[in-house]
Amino acid sequence: MDLYEYQGRDVFEKHGLPVLGGGVATTPDEARTIAERLGKSVVVKAQVKVGGRGKAGGVKLAADPGEAYDRAADILGMDIKGHTVHKVMLAETANIAEEYYFSYLLDRANRTFLCIASVAGGMEIEQVAHEAPEKVVKRLIDATVGVTPEIAREIVTAARFPADVADQVADIAVRLWQTFVAEDATLVEVNPLAKTAEGRVLCLDAKVTLDENAGFRHPDHEALEDKSAVDPLEQAAKAKDLNYVKLDGEVGIIGNGAGLVMSTLDVVAYAGEEFGGVKPANFLDIGGGASAEVMANGLEIVLSDPSVKSVFVNVFGGITACDAVANGILQALKLLAERGEAVAKPLVVRLDGNNAEAGRAILDGAGNPLVQRVDTMDGAAKRAAELAAVGA
Amino acid sequence: MAIWLTKDSKVIVQGMTGSEGSKHTRRMLKAGTNIVGGVNPRKAGTTVDFDGTEVAVFGTVAEAMEKTGADVTVIFVPPAFTKSAVIEAIDAGIPLAIVITEGVPVHDSAAFWAYSTAKGGQTRIVGPNCPGVASPGASNAGIIPADISAGGRIGLVSKSGTLTYQMMYELSDIGFSTCVGIGGDPIIGTTHIDALAAFQDDPETDAIVMIGEIGGDAEERAAEYIKAHVTKPVIGYIAGFTAPPGKTMGHAGAIISGSSGTAEAKKVALEAAGVKVGKTPSETARLMREIMSS
Repeated sequence: MDLYEYQGRDVFEKHGLPVLGGGVATTPDEARTIAERLGKSVVVKAQVKVGGRGKAGGVKLAADPGEAYDRAADILGMDIKGHTVHKVMLAETANIAEEYYFSYLLDRANRTFLCIASVAGGMEIEQVAHEAPEKVVKRLIDATVGVTPEIAREIVTAARFPADVADQVADIAVRLWQTFVAEDATLVEVNPLAKTAEGRVLCLDAKVTLDENAGFRHPDHEALEDKSAVDPLEQAAKAKDLNYVKLDGEVGIIGNGAGLVMSTLDVVAYAGEEFGGVKPANFLDIGGGASAEVMANGLEIVLSDPSVKSVFVNVFGGITACDAVANGILQALKLLAERGEAVAKPLVVRLDGNNAEAGRAILDGAGNPLVQRVDTMDGAAKRAAELAAVGA
Repeated sequence: MAIWLTKDSKVIVQGMTGSEGSKHTRRMLKAGTNIVGGVNPRKAGTTVDFDGTEVAVFGTVAEAMEKTGADVTVIFVPPAFTKSAVIEAIDAGIPLAIVITEGVPVHDSAAFWAYSTAKGGQTRIVGPNCPGVASPGASNAGIIPADISAGGRIGLVSKSGTLTYQMMYELSDIGFSTCVGIGGDPIIGTTHIDALAAFQDDPETDAIVMIGEIGGDAEERAAEYIKAHVTKPVIGYIAGFTAPPGKTMGHAGAIISGSSGTAEAKKVALEAAGVKVGKTPSETARLMREIMSS
């Protein structure tokens, strides 16, 4: 889960990292109130989870609360790369002398964590790495050792931070690591890490990604999720513990296992090229088990998507045999009818694997005109794409 | 002979008395796996009956190894306890630890991996969030359905469980030496490269299917490895060409970050290494069938 900057700032503050005073507003009035509280000139920053907001006009200075009101009014509702701005953060301004960069992140290739530090901050680190690679220091962090004051000092020396800020940066490096571990983050990035004209080092931005798998030991993390920004279908699916991602096509997809479902999306997209470019409408993994109830919940979500014209149910009977899956589909359709949501869109079902013959016989025996059985993944994808093209 | 898991493997189950653990212990026993014990400190000294087979429960992995000669552990404990279960297995020095548990925090996986490395890497870790390792006809450690395919001479390594089953099913008449599900998490123990190296050295494996998916650059690194070290034919499949950037697709590690981790980049890298990449699972199976029949 990616946090907004204002949430990241709060996390940093909680762990004793030096940040400037700030607050978040959803209306210009709130922005004015916060600016009054901060008591001096402020910077008004669009809260979007996408880079390049400065260039898009989403970051403005305001000399007084009245201006903060005006700038917030300008920025709220703005569209930045497809993201509508619903919140602005107001922060105290700093007299910046130098801008640095510091981050910890996951290093999948080395199966550990990586520290990236640079005395060239304020721009994308990828750009710095490209233009002046000698200014970017990368150091693997041993997860069992972490970042001790000695290691922090080594990083600061290797990255050639100026002597007058070395102590402060080393202290921040240790605290930032502690934040990274304590919050189960997979990314903490400070860009810029700034030196003010007065010689103080401050975290002027906060980019934080949290590991959702660690949610069980962070009950407070749930409140950080911005439910308003999530697609309503994704939200409904999440409430039912379904692994669902909304996409922009017409063929609803239900399958078991993340890899098989990803593969199903691809196969449907290829098949769709023949039928006017119809595409998958969603990713939905109902898991290895594929029980009737989960199938019903999944079908309900997929069928409630108005852009869905046909549904492809692609199940490989592994742990659960296909006869059980077939019964699950029929029970799911019955359950939906009982809930008053009679199914009117065609379902293409492909069952393969364990007890496939028995499963197919059950579907055929039910004689539901909306359920079409196709026994290969490629063939079923083609049929589902064709039906979506006709229905669209 | 297969890789890592053979008919001689003696398997214990950490979390055998839990619901997932007991369900799959029953299935593994039915598949002919030599399950020699379970581990649960609160139920040490008892036995569990699986359709007439009594399996002893030990207090620790070390005790189970000492009493039974176990050399493989399959871990089903819940995510909150997985790190300590894996560390216990490493401390006991068991050669192979297969971590089935899904939803393990990545800091925990990084911690047990670092711990294992510091201890000299004596324990091969597979997973977490993986379906396990199956050597059809010999032994089955994990949740891969045992009856999909018979033994044979294809080696398979995959990030995905159901795509593994699908591929085993499509090529069941040819059969597999060993199928390794390495899991879909961002940090995993055994990688594509580890399995490729083992299959290359395995006299009972003639060709290899490698299944990858979006996220990270494991497939790209595997491609480089294949180019330099693998002489046996390799067929690839990558899932997630239509996945949008920035969205996690089911597996915690299946996410395109910015422009990195795309299916296209992985396919290009594999093809540059001389690996034929199937467009669909069926086409991938067909490509492998061509190799095995030539």
